[in-house]
Amino acid sequence: MSNFYTEDNNQIRKLWKISGGIHVPDNKAQSLTKPAGKAAIPSKIIIPLQQHIGAPNEPLVSVGDRVLKGQMVGSSKAFINAPVHASTSGTVVDIGDHPVPHPSGLPGPCIVIDPDGQEEWTDLPPPMVHYATWDKTDIRERIRQSGIVGMGGASFPTSVKLSPPEGQQDIQQLIINGAECEPFITSDDVLMQEHAERIINGAAIMNYLLDAKECLIAIEDNKPKAIEVMKKAIAATDKLPNAHVIVIPTRYPSGGEKQLIYILTGKEVRQGGIPAQIGVVVQNVSTCAAVADAVLEGKPLISRLVTLTGEGVKEPQNMEVLLGTPVEELVPQVGGYTNKASKLILGGPMMGFSMRSDEIPVGKANNCVLVPSIEEVPSTGNINACIRCLRCVDACPMSLVPQNMYWHIRSSALEKAKHNNLFDCIECGCCSHVCPSRIPLVQFFRSAKAANLQLDRDQAKKERARERAEARNERLEREAAEKKAKMEAKKAAMKKKKEAAEALKKEQEAKEKAAQPETDNKEEAKATSEQKPEQKAAQPETDSKAEPAGSEGQDE
Amino acid sequence: MQFPTITSPHTDRPNSVQKAMLWVVLALIPGALAMIWFFGWGILINMVLAIATAIACEALVMKLRDRQVKPVIMDLSAILTAMLFAIAVPPLLPWWLTVIGVAFAILLVKQMYGGLGYNVFNPAMAAYVLLLISYPVQMTSWLPPVMLNENPLTFAQTLGVIFGGALPNGLTWDAVTMATPLDTMRTGLSLNQTVTEISSSPVLGEFGGKGWEIVAGLYLLGGLFMLYKKAITWHIPVSTLAGLAVMAFLFNIIDGDAYPLTSFHIFSGATMLGAFFIATDPVSAPGTRKGQLYYGASIGVLIYIIRTWGGYPDAIAFSVLLMNMAAPTIEFFTRPRTFGHRGAGHD
Repeated sequence: MSNFYTEDNNQIRKLWKISGGIHVPDNKAQSLTKPAGKAAIPSKIIIPLQQHIGAPNEPLVSVGDRVLKGQMVGSSKAFINAPVHASTSGTVVDIGDHPVPHPSGLPGPCIVIDPDGQEEWTDLPPPMVHYATWDKTDIRERIRQSGIVGMGGASFPTSVKLSPPEGQQDIQQLIINGAECEPFITSDDVLMQEHAERIINGAAIMNYLLDAKECLIAIEDNKPKAIEVMKKAIAATDKLPNAHVIVIPTRYPSGGEKQLIYILTGKEVRQGGIPAQIGVVVQNVSTCAAVADAVLEGKPLISRLVTLTGEGVKEPQNMEVLLGTPVEELVPQVGGYTNKASKLILGGPMMGFSMRSDEIPVGKANNCVLVPSIEEVPSTGNINACIRCLRCVDACPMSLVPQNMYWHIRSSALEKAKHNNLFDCIECGCCSHVCPSRIPLVQFFRSAKAANLQLDRDQAKKERARERAEARNERLEREAAEKKAKMEAKKAAMKKKKEAAEALKKEQEAKEKAAQPETDNKEEAKATSEQKPEQKAAQPETDSKAEPAGSEGQDE
Repeated sequence: MQFPTITSPHTDRPNSVQKAMLWVVLALIPGALAMIWFFGWGILINMVLAIATAIACEALVMKLRDRQVKPVIMDLSAILTAMLFAIAVPPLLPWWLTVIGVAFAILLVKQMYGGLGYNVFNPAMAAYVLLLISYPVQMTSWLPPVMLNENPLTFAQTLGVIFGGALPNGLTWDAVTMATPLDTMRTGLSLNQTVTEISSSPVLGEFGGKGWEIVAGLYLLGGLFMLYKKAITWHIPVSTLAGLAVMAFLFNIIDGDAYPLTSFHIFSGATMLGAFFIATDPVSAPGTRKGQLYYGASIGVLIYIIRTWGGYPDAIAFSVLLMNMAAPTIEFFTRPRTFGHRGAGHD
């Protein structure tokens, strides 16, 4: 793929061009007219227990407990985990299922807090201002205890990402993701403009933890203000001497982790692998700020910047929101809904998911609440047949052949779709966006992935059942064989006995014959008939169990 | 507040099948108008008849399948098929052959497979080949371009020939029709004439045939318009023309007397129409860009082979249909390397 160049401290720096990707109207100006506001304490805080990828949290509080701001209310002992904290002080009024910001739309376990408005902080752990004097394990534990996850949308526990496994600890690049390629979203942009120092502090801490060779702060060129502020902030500090602000061209999905790594380094994250394998760690700018708060001030992750935008809200703006604030209480603070509000989307238009109800709380990874008008997000219209125009092929940033996977899925050939690397799809939405037939390709791929996983599970189940059945058959066969061997041994023993008895009888007969050589036939017949009772009498001597075996043996 | 839920991406979709087809239809018009100018009303009459037949056939199938008729007609694909067919057949083709051809294209080649997107073969070309094999005389009776035509027919006379089958009094078919430039070249070469000798024939122009080369130029313009509008990409037209040009160039270098110039092949017959409008039919082409390059190049080479050594003067339809058959296999073997596959990573 062809390369291109950007300026970095008056030097020319090589960048790599991803295949595919699309240009979409960025619609970012609407929410940038005002600086970030601060949302009020809501009437209730709903804290979903699971806001990360990994082991679920167990509640640490009970209904009726008073909790303080920053107090841990849910955690788990698992390594891949991020605890949750109370974002304000108040009383726990409910622990149970509530609507959560999840694409499934299904309710999940939450802790509901009735805020008392006191904002009384819990005892925070000591600040690690001179973090370089602290043990790295302690800093990672602090980040873990602070509940920090990837705030760009992935929700992967940050402490885990900052603990690369053995053999993957030679980190060349720490990439700070300020690309924010999704249309409408400006929370990272505003964060960079207003909190550059926090981001740089967080990046410096991560840089210390990872011992990265260089720290690349990537920003798309449609955010000139953020670029300027970040460049100035980098120049003004000596905390991050290996940092470069890299301006990348605006093209969706440049901010995707794999895409951003490739653009900046030309390295491809291997199929099914993680960036650390190729010496890269990517962290979102919001995550950096949260890490700075946790390490330098001891504050856990209890609030974040959220973009409220779209023609469906009166005054689009970014807000600093306490985690757990229901969207329905947030919207009135930006003027409320307009009569154009047609949908509620968490995240951006390309990858965000639409929610049925605005009762859902804001979670750690929710950077945007988009309430578009019908003009902004029109209905897609009739779905036509695929004409293989290959626009999806040209747009796919993973170099997949979406049309081919689609045909396989349509004909229920899930295995074939998998062989066409279905699981490499990052669900960025480029293919669906450009499809002239308006086929919801991403939805097909999502459901095919789920169906494939289900198939795998079923297959594993079948495999186990088969193994069990085989083991049982084997055991039965073995037992039958053992039984048979036993019987045969007994039969042989009996046969020997019989033969011995017969030999004895013959001997006797021979003796008798020798004694009466001139007996006639009549007498002989009589003699044999006389011997029968003798034979019969001999039978009860043998083991009664051996009898059927003996008869069986005769049949053979 | 409650909201409807839909799946991502939540965007205003910029493309539609109808739009894509519309650009192709519009791009076809200048070349088609030039053909009407050079070869008379027959082209227009055929086109109207073909479009009417195509719409009727689509409507019939949609009714039988209990589906809505209008969206299917409005995707313009049937109209495009009809236009391509009407341009490909001789101007004075009897009406019932046009009807049979278009009905075959729409009913059997397209709808029997499931309609737009499902057909294996290019419908217009399959119909063209059906008629060419079944009615070789009617299908090869081309008219001379207007500047060479001593007996131009009026609109009414053309209608009479197409629907009545009778030529105006005093005219014979030999007087009305004339060999196409490709035919002339072919016949000449088979009579052991040199390319230069044949080129002095009045039928031949600067590059290709008189009139034909203008038409080809306009189809090229239409093709560039489609590229500009992103209705097609460069892959198939460029590789098709390149395949043909490379073959023509090589053989012309070897023996310039027996093998005509590259420009002759490019500007004669239906080369431009084929490269930009027929081979680019996405449905029956391979579904990868790399595959399309192989596909186009193979079509170009096949055109040259059939024109030079085959039994027919032109070969677009045969070449395209042959490669239609190979399309799925080409697609299978040309899938791009997925990002992150291969040992890529450590530079």
